Amino acid sequence: MSKDNQLLEELTSREYEHGWNVALETDSAPKGLNEDIVKFISERKNEPEWMLEWRLKAFRLWSKMTEPKWPNVTYPAINYQDIIYYSAPKQSAKPKNLEDVDPELIKTFEKLGISLTEQKRLTGVAVDAVIDSVSVATTFKEKLGELGIIFCSFSEAVREHPELIKKYLGSVVPMSDNYFAALNSAVFSDGSFCYIPKGVRCPMELSTYFRINAANTGQFERTLIVAEEGSYVSYLEGCTAPMRDENQLHAAVVEIYAMKDSHVKYSTVQNWYPGDKEGKGGIYNFVTKRALCAGDNSKVSWTQVETGSAITWKYPSCVLKGDNSSGEFYSVAVTNNMQQADTGTKMIHIGKNTKSRIVSKGISAGKSQNSYRGQVHIMKRAEGSRNFSQCDSLLMGDQCGAHTFPYIDVENSSSKVEHEATTSKIGEDQIFYCQQRGIDEESAVALIVNGYAKEVLNQLPMEFAVEAQKLLALTLEGSVG
Amino acid sequence: MLSIKNLQAKIGDKQILNGINLEVKPGEVHAIMGPNGSGKSTLASVLAGREEFEVTGGEVVYNGKDLLEFSPEDRAREGVFLAFQYPVEIPGVSTINFMKTAVNQIRKYRGQETLDAVSFLGLMKEKMKLVEIDQSLLNRSLNEGFSGGEKKRNEIFQMAMLEPKLSILDETDSGLDIDALKIVAGGVNKLRSSNNSTIVVTHYQRLLEYIVPDFVHVLYKGKIVKSGGKELALELEAKGYDWIKDEVAVA
Ligand SMILES: Nc1ncnc2c1ncn2[C@@H]1O[C@H](COP(=O)(O)OP(=O)(O)OP(=O)(O)O)[C@@H](O)[C@H]1O
Ligand SMILES: [Mg+2]
Repeated sequence: MSKDNQLLEELTSREYEHGWNVALETDSAPKGLNEDIVKFISERKNEPEWMLEWRLKAFRLWSKMTEPKWPNVTYPAINYQDIIYYSAPKQSAKPKNLEDVDPELIKTFEKLGISLTEQKRLTGVAVDAVIDSVSVATTFKEKLGELGIIFCSFSEAVREHPELIKKYLGSVVPMSDNYFAALNSAVFSDGSFCYIPKGVRCPMELSTYFRINAANTGQFERTLIVAEEGSYVSYLEGCTAPMRDENQLHAAVVEIYAMKDSHVKYSTVQNWYPGDKEGKGGIYNFVTKRALCAGDNSKVSWTQVETGSAITWKYPSCVLKGDNSSGEFYSVAVTNNMQQADTGTKMIHIGKNTKSRIVSKGISAGKSQNSYRGQVHIMKRAEGSRNFSQCDSLLMGDQCGAHTFPYIDVENSSSKVEHEATTSKIGEDQIFYCQQRGIDEESAVALIVNGYAKEVLNQLPMEFAVEAQKLLALTLEGSVG
Repeated sequence: MLSIKNLQAKIGDKQILNGINLEVKPGEVHAIMGPNGSGKSTLASVLAGREEFEVTGGEVVYNGKDLLEFSPEDRAREGVFLAFQYPVEIPGVSTINFMKTAVNQIRKYRGQETLDAVSFLGLMKEKMKLVEIDQSLLNRSLNEGFSGGEKKRNEIFQMAMLEPKLSILDETDSGLDIDALKIVAGGVNKLRSSNNSTIVVTHYQRLLEYIVPDFVHVLYKGKIVKSGGKELALELEAKGYDWIKDEVAVA
């Protein structure tokens, strides 16, 4: 027992690796939110009139909405007037290419372990990096351009591809969808836009890194992925933030529009600052992610590894509209110390013979609370549809909690839904077995946890799977109970 | 190699080991027999460093060092191996991955270079032959869904991989069919040398026909109450434990 305590102690005293901030000069909006701020943001981004109108409409909607209270998380009321809604690193002009990017920024990304220049040269992963509110560099643009693939910052897309943005923005997550989606629609600052033309298989991973740097700043990015008929793309998002005493708000929206026979793989490794062991600071992460499988035989897979944030509120979902379309959700959510996560997915089956698969692996340590919330809705006309859900929870120590809230609704008799759930604890005897083979306790925990999460980690692109494994081990080192 | 003096251990309030004395020299094979619940597995666990058991007295000297001072993983790295009576399952972790981690941590401890994938695989292939184990088993999650015999064979495979100095086999024969018993015993014999020692915990004389012990000890109520040569095992097989229990009661 005393050993467990000691280990838990050790674990809780482990520091967040990305907790530094860089002295970047910023250009910020004043605190608070009103129509003028929305205009300020739009102006700073040189947006066309239609974009401003869209934002204002969202702002007016949001003003009338109330924050959702149903998630299984508790936090002090957020003062939305005390947040800065726009902050951008100061740069004389928008960089044309990597060489023009502020070297401080490049340093920031190098600290994150993402060397943009290296990425560019070596790995064949195209990266879009968003710091605070603005996209600062996109690599591999030309190569992708030859295939007709668009991969750029959201702001650029608004300027360069207005017809696509007008058509698809809000088509999967309408601004009225929920409180945080409306907020994001009003003040979103930047993000990534991907467009894969008909029949094109994107030859490399597309990847975006988000970082909140400035204090008291919210980050509201939008990602929009449009996959035309028969196309394929694998997209990855990663994120970090510095350690700060105050909580910071992050409310993103991700929309995926998948047409006939297309396949989109979206992966994310979320590593926002989780707060200290007393629960001070950390990111409030309220995110709306949804995919529309609009065309027949389309397929979208969500894979998420959630390790950071003080509070996570996130339900990547699939609306399976096309016949034979399929949606997958693979998730590992780790909570430690005072972290709270309420995460899961929604699979809405509309088309015939649609399939969904949910694999959720929760890991709770410290005094954290980890909830899985999943909805499977098979509509009347979605005949012959199937869902399989597997929700596992792993507990470390006896002060944490794991909760499962499955909602299942099947409106026809030809469909089949299977749900399995397990709760387990890392066993002393498993750890001892490892130790008896010469493996130290921390490595033993890492081994066992990675084994537990393997089915999900296997879904990640190779290089990110390794990163995610390390991150899991780091978050949980020594947390045995 | 190993010198146990007056070793006592308990779990909770329950005293289990009541003063064990045992001397094991390099190259020797010792068999420990005894009725169910007499403390055989407990002795093995205490030697391997399981923290649930509290050592309340006595000492254990292993190659000139105080074994009880070492953490469980360091005991393993110093060459102590325990083939478990009930090997645990680790879902999602293959034996290969598990062994790679183990071998490399042990090598690091010993100041040797870690093995790359190719040399590791080479080593593995060699040891697989020794215990006639199939690679498909090693690709699966460790012990998950393994049959009783497969688990035991996997333990001996791991022993072969780690090349321990002191091996403790806790009822490795139980659950093995005759052929598997021969293979496993053959494996153990091939690993035997004048530099390493083996403690075999078993209920059956049969195993000892294949792994011939230098000494046989009877553990009863947490104490070694009788020791002898390999013929003691035959006697136990024929007569059971009652006569020993009677002897203890008289003494
Ligand atoms: N964790 C535990 N809690 C309480 N009692 C225990 C625990 N582990 C072992 N014991 C007890 O200690 C005694 C010795 O157990 P041990 O497993 O060492 O016996 P054994 O000689 O290996 O028996 P077997 O031949 O059945 O394997 C038994 O009475 C057992 O119930
Ligand atoms: Mg036993």
